[in-house]
Amino acid sequence: MGKPVVEIKGLAKIFQRDSFAVSALENVNLQVDEGEFLCLMGPSGSGKSTLLHIIAGIDRPTAGELRVLGEDVGRVSEDRLAAWRNSHVGFVFQTFNLIPVLTAFENVELPLLLTKLSASERRKHVVSALELVGLKDRIQHYPRQLSGGQEQRVAIARAIVTDPTLIMADEPTGDLDARSAGEVLDILSRLNRDFHKTIIMVTHDPNAARHATVTRHLEKGQLLPQDEGVEVKA
Amino acid sequence: MAIPLKYNLRNLIVRRTTTLTTALSITLTVAVFLVLMALAQGLETSLTSTGNPLNILIMREGANSEGVSIVDHDSYRVIKYLGGIAKDPQGNPWVSPEVIILINMKRRTDNTGANVTIRGLGPEGPSLRPQFKLIEGRMFRPGLREVIVSRRISHRFKDCGLGDKLKFAKGYWTVVGVFTAGNSAYDSEIWSDVNDLASDFDRQVYSDVVVRAKNKAAVAQIADEVANDRRLHLKPETEKKYYENQTSSATPIKAFGIFIAILMAVGAAFAAMNTMYAAVARRTREIGTLRALGYSRNSVLASFVLESIFIAVLGGIIGCLVAFPVNGITTGTTNFTTFSELAFQFQVSPMLMVRGIIFAAAIGFLGGFFPAWRASHESIVIALRSS
Repeated sequence: MGKPVVEIKGLAKIFQRDSFAVSALENVNLQVDEGEFLCLMGPSGSGKSTLLHIIAGIDRPTAGELRVLGEDVGRVSEDRLAAWRNSHVGFVFQTFNLIPVLTAFENVELPLLLTKLSASERRKHVVSALELVGLKDRIQHYPRQLSGGQEQRVAIARAIVTDPTLIMADEPTGDLDARSAGEVLDILSRLNRDFHKTIIMVTHDPNAARHATVTRHLEKGQLLPQDEGVEVKA
Repeated sequence: MAIPLKYNLRNLIVRRTTTLTTALSITLTVAVFLVLMALAQGLETSLTSTGNPLNILIMREGANSEGVSIVDHDSYRVIKYLGGIAKDPQGNPWVSPEVIILINMKRRTDNTGANVTIRGLGPEGPSLRPQFKLIEGRMFRPGLREVIVSRRISHRFKDCGLGDKLKFAKGYWTVVGVFTAGNSAYDSEIWSDVNDLASDFDRQVYSDVVVRAKNKAAVAQIADEVANDRRLHLKPETEKKYYENQTSSATPIKAFGIFIAILMAVGAAFAAMNTMYAAVARRTREIGTLRALGYSRNSVLASFVLESIFIAVLGGIIGCLVAFPVNGITTGTTNFTTFSELAFQFQVSPMLMVRGIIFAAAIGFLGGFFPAWRASHESIVIALRSS
């Protein structure tokens, strides 16, 4: 077991909808260790994406303690949080979220533009990342020239190009056919197994969950105890 | 590091129709601004380039223009021998007694009338104006009712071509020459011999006397002597200052230009704002993605503001190209100090074009700032969920 990457105690998130307060997460306690592939499952509206966003530092908790890679991400300033995300977190979204006017190379290079790497160093990293996801030959292609599966692989290359500790995947196979989904999940498994990346994945798909090392279930904003729901080992 | 510019440029190319429409609204604004400012600048240049710093106009106390001034012949004789006055190459005092007459003439284009200045000069008069250049015909000769006409007046008014006869005062005056005067106020005048003009209009006095000082120190010396000589009751004023004071004629044009430009700029800024709001709405998820990847709010703000400025500067450059052809076109207005026609050229100078592009960039900044602010302050989670 590796050292803890994510430590959450008594975390809550309340959304204000006009005059109503909606509780999205209640008293969540969670620890994710280095090298773990955690799958968060649960019905729509259970709070799994909200939990993912809070861990990734793109949303703030209403209450509770949250440390990710030693950083109190719930309390640091916006600018510091942006820099922290760039250095430590890679994102994979359901809808790929590639920038349509940029090529595969330029999309993958985007996070590196925030680092101090030279152009030639950036190029080396981008090519390596695209090679890892099997798309070295699609380097100059625009997203519209790629299939959905290829787009998601470019998105994975973008997520890993800065060599982050934590990869956050929000329904990464939700928009893909079974074959492409399998390829994407295989890459994520490889990143976890061979490169020791800590991965937190939100999914509805039990087949996707089989690639994770730990699965936790959320229901109505509460994280169920680890022995409840379905736990699947890869 | 900032979001790469190619991201903005390629987006502009993708939505080229809206980009061009917005740029064209800014083109129109900048073009109108430049044309009006070119008009004001041409008028100002015409007046500020007239004066020679060593020339002094000596006029009646209280007169604010040569046309309402009188200097009698006795005073002229006193002035002629003041200390500090330069000598011409023949060794004569470099002094010209002058008579200013306004006559109403018909324009060539619409037959409407306008006052034109006829200046009667002493023999030294032309040499006191170094910008004077005879370009056609010959110099007028005293005693023959001859005039020379500035090229601009020759083009704009009837009976002012070389060889034409102009009727005023007691008879016909032959146009024997055409001159230019370096875009100065003299480019709006007709010149003749001072004595011919005074006698035909029964003038017993001159309007003013123009003298050339030996040097800068002599300017002050002559001014002191004229001001302190109790026989004269005259006031000295450097020629440069005299014409600079008339630049107030350009003020209403300038004010009107700025007023119209501001009105149009507000419209153009709203067009830019509309375009940028649409761009932000279309790219909300991209903005969320960029922020999730680590780009700060300020990077997003700068990126969208720059994009708006780029559209505006593009419009500004086209606006300069649209306005440039008016450069050099001659027009005229009434000089409200002398109440005579002042012909001048539109001046679209490089500096004015730079001002036009800065003006366009300011419109782009104003139009882009609020949409960019909205883009940069959108919650990342909400931005990522947008369709």
